[in-house]
Amino acid sequence: MSHSLVTMSYIVAAILFILSLSGLSNQETARKGNYYGMLGMAIAIIATTLSGTVSAFGVLIGALVIGGLIGARAATKVEMTQMPELVAIMHSMVGLAAVLVGYANFMDQTIALEGVEKTIHEIEIYVGILIGAVTFSGSVIAFGKLSEKINGKPLLLPGRHWLNLILLIASAGLGYEFLHQTEVGGDALIPLAIMTGIALVFGIHMVMAIGGADMPVVISMLNSYSGWAAAATGFMLSNDLLIVTGALVGSSGAILSYIMCKAMNRHFLSVIAGGFGTTSGGESAAIEGEVQPIDAEETAELLKAAKNIMIIPGYGMAVAQAQHTVYEITKLLRAKGKKVGFGIHPVAGRMPGHMNVLLAEAKVPYDIVYEMDEINDDFDSVDVSIVIGANDIVNPSALNDPNSPIAGMPVLECWKGETTIVLKRSMASGYAGVGNPLFVLENTRMLFGDANATMQAVLKALEK
Amino acid sequence: MKIGIPKEIHLGEKRVATTPEAAAQIIKLGFSVSIESGAGVNADISDEAYQNAGVEIVYDTQTLWQQSDIILKVRAPEFNPNLNLFESQLLSPNSSLISFIWPAQNEGLMQDLAVNNHTVLAMDSVPRMSRAQKLDALSSMANIAGYRAIVEAAQHFGRFFTGQITAAGKIPPAKVLVIGAGVAGLAAIGTAKGMGAIVRSFDTRPEVKEQIESMDAEFLMLDFKEEGGGTGGYAKTMSKEFIDAEMALFAEQAKEVDIIVTTALIPGKPAPKLITTAMVESMKPGSVIVDLAAEQGGNCDLTEKDQVVVKNGVTLIGYTNLPSRLANQSSQLYATNLRHLLTELCPDKNGIINVNMEDEVIRGTTVIKEGKITWPPPAPKLSAAPVATAEANAIPTATETKKSIIPNFIKQLLPITVAGLALFGIGAVAPESFMTHFTVFVLACFVGYQVIWNVSHSLHTPLMSVTNAISSIIVIGAIVQISTANPTVTILAGAATLLAAINIFGGFLVTRRMLEMFRK
Repeated sequence: MSHSLVTMSYIVAAILFILSLSGLSNQETARKGNYYGMLGMAIAIIATTLSGTVSAFGVLIGALVIGGLIGARAATKVEMTQMPELVAIMHSMVGLAAVLVGYANFMDQTIALEGVEKTIHEIEIYVGILIGAVTFSGSVIAFGKLSEKINGKPLLLPGRHWLNLILLIASAGLGYEFLHQTEVGGDALIPLAIMTGIALVFGIHMVMAIGGADMPVVISMLNSYSGWAAAATGFMLSNDLLIVTGALVGSSGAILSYIMCKAMNRHFLSVIAGGFGTTSGGESAAIEGEVQPIDAEETAELLKAAKNIMIIPGYGMAVAQAQHTVYEITKLLRAKGKKVGFGIHPVAGRMPGHMNVLLAEAKVPYDIVYEMDEINDDFDSVDVSIVIGANDIVNPSALNDPNSPIAGMPVLECWKGETTIVLKRSMASGYAGVGNPLFVLENTRMLFGDANATMQAVLKALEK
Repeated sequence: MKIGIPKEIHLGEKRVATTPEAAAQIIKLGFSVSIESGAGVNADISDEAYQNAGVEIVYDTQTLWQQSDIILKVRAPEFNPNLNLFESQLLSPNSSLISFIWPAQNEGLMQDLAVNNHTVLAMDSVPRMSRAQKLDALSSMANIAGYRAIVEAAQHFGRFFTGQITAAGKIPPAKVLVIGAGVAGLAAIGTAKGMGAIVRSFDTRPEVKEQIESMDAEFLMLDFKEEGGGTGGYAKTMSKEFIDAEMALFAEQAKEVDIIVTTALIPGKPAPKLITTAMVESMKPGSVIVDLAAEQGGNCDLTEKDQVVVKNGVTLIGYTNLPSRLANQSSQLYATNLRHLLTELCPDKNGIINVNMEDEVIRGTTVIKEGKITWPPPAPKLSAAPVATAEANAIPTATETKKSIIPNFIKQLLPITVAGLALFGIGAVAPESFMTHFTVFVLACFVGYQVIWNVSHSLHTPLMSVTNAISSIIVIGAIVQISTANPTVTILAGAATLLAAINIFGGFLVTRRMLEMFRK
């Protein structure tokens, strides 16, 4: 294949990737978008393989086949509730691949550059490995936190901001050393390896300090990093396809992080700096009152009497795997001529869009699944809202208590409806560690127990 | 502890203080429950139903009173002609009584009860707090009275409530005026609305306007400024000028409406006279007045207590036992109120009551504790006002924190300046080849920015997995390096290819799996 033909293939691949992302703008075109992505990737790989630079076909095909099999197996085996973990571990692979490519490029002596171009090339290698290493270790920790192999609570080391600063300065210093060594022909591998270690520590420390409720932000941020790592590799290899694709993914992750931060009314920097509630100004109002428990039969009675029902799922639904039971109930209620909708808060769950995927898995039609902004004004006409394992996203103090740690976060205003039923395992507070006055409101009833077990009981009572 | 429920002896009283459902719950709290045979008959509850719920049936009235540690009743104790004894005398020493008492009106009874270490809780003295709503028997009974008032009115009213246009002609809807929009008034409004009438309502407390309008009734405005809300959410006596204006309004309305329901009561005072004889005379023949204040002397001059009388063609209903006329329903609600009170009294669920005078609800309800009169309770702390001040305090703190050290325009300019300087720096030193790549990079960022904003929220997870797969384009970097003479490089590149391949296949396939699930 001629050089121009390879470049042309890359242009086609880049266009296909853009079409792939734009296809995801709605459900009808999303599947097509995914196929565009696959096609783009296939074209890119085939064009590169046939470009004439590759001779080690055995290694290449072996790696592709083994990796492909592992990936395909993971994709078919994974539970929908484990999507956040899968996405996190996949980010780590991109990060690690970027590190490996960077090292390979550094060791490859066939590239001969001079002067400023050489310096820039060295910087590109250095930065590419740095971003890749941070992405790798950060994603591994995020995976650990999401799969509960690591405690979800933020780990707040004393003077953690100073630690981060020292690591940053050390990386910069080592970068200088690295350039100097390559200049004089010394062993530049040592500063590069030390920097890689520092970057790994930095990634671990950064994600360890972030609390469970901020996980959606972390995941999208790491998504962004994996894109930037690819872009940096593209600069290193002077490959425009890598640059374009990396930039697309990088900005995609950045926008997702921004959307998530906005949905929690948190500043991006304060999420990254870690910890929750450390900046609260005053005492938040104590919550007084008594919860009014309800049992499954009474819940069923309320649902039978209601016309307009809104279901608000949270992470608790994912944990209890209750989405199928919830949909059984939804089907039953819809068959009785009731209006049933789902209200999804942008940060419900542990990654952006988590709830939508779970509901889709349970075959809930997506046209009854609404975004927060679509339905928040309609709660006046809702007869019964069912909150399943959610807490902070339905907390009225976010709106009316300026001292609350989650003050200003937009929430689903379910308390404006006739009755709210809250499914909860116990009276513990949410991930943010904030009490929820919703639970003691007059029109709120608490249904205690495992979400799936209680929803099963409600289903049974409804079928009676 | 043993709980006993005697049969009500008040003339015409059909209610009973517990139902089988409530009794079953009370037994769960650790109490044993006995009931006098036939106590529920008038409320359509048989002895068998109680027995099935685990309640013991006692045939002798005196035995029941003697053996019980707690007596649950509806009406206040009175003289039992069959036994020739006062019910207060039947109470065994150290026992407790829970019923309506009306301590303000029944001083003699209070004296009689305040002996022998008795404890008495009055269901009419439950403080008006949101926490105590589930045991507020006055509200439950008022709700029933309001409903029944409309049913009684319909019984004596010669026309439809709802308007109709039939082949036989047009029927105008009935016009109903409800005076006093407390619990009973609102229940009456709801019932009359439900039957299709045009409903208007008046109340001296302006804050109930919203509640009236929420029931789809018309709130009659009085062009007069005076607050009618007294303590505890009840009404208070108004000034003479206000009353004059109010009376003029009623006189005008009386000529127009078909049915008047009056529910105006001021705690501890005779009911205000709102409908004068002249107003009754001005009403259309066939009109109905239901006077829910008949017990306290009536809101209408012509009301006769417990009677239905017709004067000038207007039917005046003065029943004082409206809840009892819906005995099954009111027994159910009253029994539930009592059950909630017992739950409050017995937090450990061990069948022993603890009259905790520290608890505001229990303190308010208890009128005699161990033989000593504790009524009236200290004034309850009110809830509505402090909330407003708390909010007012909160707002200034919020605005204070918003003030920042750096002025706003510098804040906005800062990132632009930094970005500009950085771009200038790069442009100054970078070679030509780098700049072409950089152009591509920046443009791609903008394309990504434009494309991603359109992605639907619900597809964020598929978006992440697909971008994940796409970011594995890094495999290209590995492929171009895989064929060098240096075996270390080949190994590194091979490993990178493997990792990227996992991601490519995993990412695209899992996205496909997810997207297949999204169905309309």
